[in-house]
Amino acid sequence: MTQSEGTGEPTRRDFLYIATGMAGVVGAASFAWPFIDQMNPDASTLALASIEVNVESLEPGMSLTVKWRGKPVFIRNRTEEEVAEARAVALEELKDPIARNANNADAALATDLERSAGEGKENWIVMIGSCTHLGCVPLGQAGEFGGWFCPCHGSHYDTAGRIRKGPAPTNLPVPPFTFVSDSVIKIG
Amino acid sequence: MSSDHSTYQPTSGVGKWIDSRLPLPRLVHDSFVSYPVPRNLNYAYTFGGILMVMLVVQILTGIVLAMHYAADTAIAFESVEKIMRDVNSGWLLRYMHANGASFFFVAVYLHIARGMYYGSYKAPREVLWILGVVILLLMMATAFMGYVLPWGQMSFWGATVITGFFTAFPGIGEPIQQLLLGGFAVDNPTLNRFFSLHYLLPFMIAGVVILHVWALHVTGQTNPTGVEVKTKTDTVPFTPYATVKDALAISIFLMVFAYFIFFMPNFLGHADNYIPADPLKTPAHIVPEWYFLPFYAILRAITFNIGPIDSKLGGVLAMFGSIAVLFVLPWLDTSKVRSAVYRPWYKLFFWIFVANAIFLGWLGAKPAEGAYTIMAQIGTLYYFGFFLVILPVLGLIETPKRLPNSITEAVLAKKGGSGGAATAAASSENRG
Repeated sequence: MTQSEGTGEPTRRDFLYIATGMAGVVGAASFAWPFIDQMNPDASTLALASIEVNVESLEPGMSLTVKWRGKPVFIRNRTEEEVAEARAVALEELKDPIARNANNADAALATDLERSAGEGKENWIVMIGSCTHLGCVPLGQAGEFGGWFCPCHGSHYDTAGRIRKGPAPTNLPVPPFTFVSDSVIKIG
Repeated sequence: MSSDHSTYQPTSGVGKWIDSRLPLPRLVHDSFVSYPVPRNLNYAYTFGGILMVMLVVQILTGIVLAMHYAADTAIAFESVEKIMRDVNSGWLLRYMHANGASFFFVAVYLHIARGMYYGSYKAPREVLWILGVVILLLMMATAFMGYVLPWGQMSFWGATVITGFFTAFPGIGEPIQQLLLGGFAVDNPTLNRFFSLHYLLPFMIAGVVILHVWALHVTGQTNPTGVEVKTKTDTVPFTPYATVKDALAISIFLMVFAYFIFFMPNFLGHADNYIPADPLKTPAHIVPEWYFLPFYAILRAITFNIGPIDSKLGGVLAMFGSIAVLFVLPWLDTSKVRSAVYRPWYKLFFWIFVANAIFLGWLGAKPAEGAYTIMAQIGTLYYFGFFLVILPVLGLIETPKRLPNSITEAVLAKKGGSGGAATAAASSENRG
């Protein structure tokens, strides 16, 4: 900013320059904000509520895909072999050792129990069916580990939905869900 | 633009009256009639004009299509089918627009290749080149968003994959993706904003094209010798010489374009995009449009972690980097000689680069597994090696051929077929 010649003291004009400039900056930023903010998910998208799914008809080895928040959610009643297979995997073999289960602690390790619906319901697994690489829907019961396989860029998930091979960085996330009764799951 | 060579002489009273108030006719005359161009421009220099025509074709057909299209996930797919079946000449307009995008990219890639071959990006044309890269980026964004609008399976999953790139950035990635999508997945808000932006961006392209042409007219064109224009004998007036040459090239280009529209309109498209979008079912094989395939191959080539950067982020950075590197190309090439005609080694590496780009495009359409991944990694290595290693080093160690003293000398030596400069000029090729 200019200073009045000779004295080195700020003048009233300097003050006006700065005040006007600052008002302009604040004004421009406040004006820009609604234009950016309108792009964020709107109220109707956020009001996703929760969905209830009846899983009574799912025998072991059967799966169901439902849509939640615009994304597919896989619900699978796993066979005993699948559970045993997932349990047999040592944690060191996993690319992503974190459970990524919204119902459990953030740091929980990706054991099969932490990934599943928990004690007594180990056969149930509920996951967001959106590949953690770039969001394609993996195919069920496919790939080298008998779990899920993403056809887009070749990510292999095991029977507990853990990433084992390919470009995806993390395990398929488990959304918040509860068993309302033995046959109804509430997601969200 | 430049007034130093203005030869505009208004003859009518109205012409004089306008000229002293808004000299627009003078600007047009100076820019596209009397404007001096090097006398040795070959057909590789006609793609600028072709691109102008394609931009106009896309804007005209696009505006008309927008009158019949509905950007709502419930009816978008049907409205496109309605254009194809019910709207009078709708099929023709849509095929022109869809194939027009492809031919726009054909022309822009040839235009860029010409710039690289003849060293058009070198001083003093760096800003001209950078504006061109900006146009390329805007074209890519426009084409991507346009491809989403028909709301077919490839539209939906292409949008999902490409917006998924942003989730690669730790922390800020997911909020950015949600900001772009307007939700947690590609849905109606996404389609609406993509339609709005797809309509806007072509006009931004037109704006940058004006700057691009302005920058071109400040420095003047390069030419196959890479030697700057020195005297008046080096140039010919834009009209009729360049105008006629451009017109012939445009006619032939549009004939090939028309052949595609009428005889193979879906050849460059993907059959899966005639299946309505289904958020619960990913097609077995997602591929982008052909013009994105080399970059897609680079994205998928990074299957390994690089230090703290995981393979996902690495792939995304490599893909964006493959375009970003073009911005600094003028400073990566250390050679003082512009044209590949006088740079035997550069010429070799350039053609390998072209072959490699086509190779990467072929790989981009293949599944990402086994030998394809390894080949894509080799291709990606050459792509970046060309810019980051070969170009800086080659300029220091390569011995160029003797340059002609002037464009006129090169042209006359070629016609005469003897003399000292003949050896150098004889290798100057007339592509096209």
